[in-house]
Amino acid sequence: MRSGVMDWQGQKLSEMLMQIMLVVHALVAFVAGYTFSSFQMMLQIFAGGVLLTTLVTVPDWPWYNRHPLKWLDPAEAEKHPKPEPPVSKKKTSKHH
Amino acid sequence: MHSFAYRANALVTFSLTILGMICAMASFSDNFNVPSPTAQVEVLNVNWFKKLANGNDEVSLTLNISADLQSLFTWNTKQVFVFLAAEYQTLQNSLNQVSLWDGIIPAKENAKFWIKIPNEYRFVDQGSNLRGKEFNLTLHWHVMPKTGKMIADKIVMSGYRLPEEYR
Repeated sequence: MRSGVMDWQGQKLSEMLMQIMLVVHALVAFVAGYTFSSFQMMLQIFAGGVLLTTLVTVPDWPWYNRHPLKWLDPAEAEKHPKPEPPVSKKKTSKHH
Repeated sequence: MHSFAYRANALVTFSLTILGMICAMASFSDNFNVPSPTAQVEVLNVNWFKKLANGNDEVSLTLNISADLQSLFTWNTKQVFVFLAAEYQTLQNSLNQVSLWDGIIPAKENAKFWIKIPNEYRFVDQGSNLRGKEFNLTLHWHVMPKTGKMIADKIVMSGYRLPEEYR
């Protein structure tokens, strides 16, 4: 199971969308509330905005996975083996 | 790392921060409201005026209170608490404040009112100084906002005088 892990560009996009959507809804909510003299309207619009933002940016939608990482082929990896860690000379001399 | 729960947490945190900010803006917008409240109080009758057994003066008045506090209400106002106090000076106290009536105004529609009542709370002096005493009737109010700080103000009405004799 993927457990909602999106690709790198998707992560950046979802975070940017989340911030922009919340700020825009907050501004709309404030202006509407002030214009219509209704504090309740401000809170309702903002709550709606939070809900919409949650739906758009929290689930792992396909549009956040358009840039999958290209992993190396296993055969390719075998051709370039991981270098062995250098053997310490001090450590070996200690046992003598 | 960048999982469903991580994104949900970031969203809740950011949205609460912004909620705090728009509430602060709503509170700040109250500064643009310049209220112009009016109030008149008439003492219709001195019902009785006597010295109590403990030596303190007490008077009962019938008051006619009319006020228009509609301009105190903004979109950030929850309610307005209003009270009428008799204020006068004596030798012992530079300011005596006796609350005679109070009320809670829940909405702008109720903020223009007119009532005729005997004083709701007892008008008792600390001593026997009320005969012939000049006093002010002051309408105090506290504007309680939905967010932000409470605003208090008052209208002082002067020129009232109690009778020279008990009755």
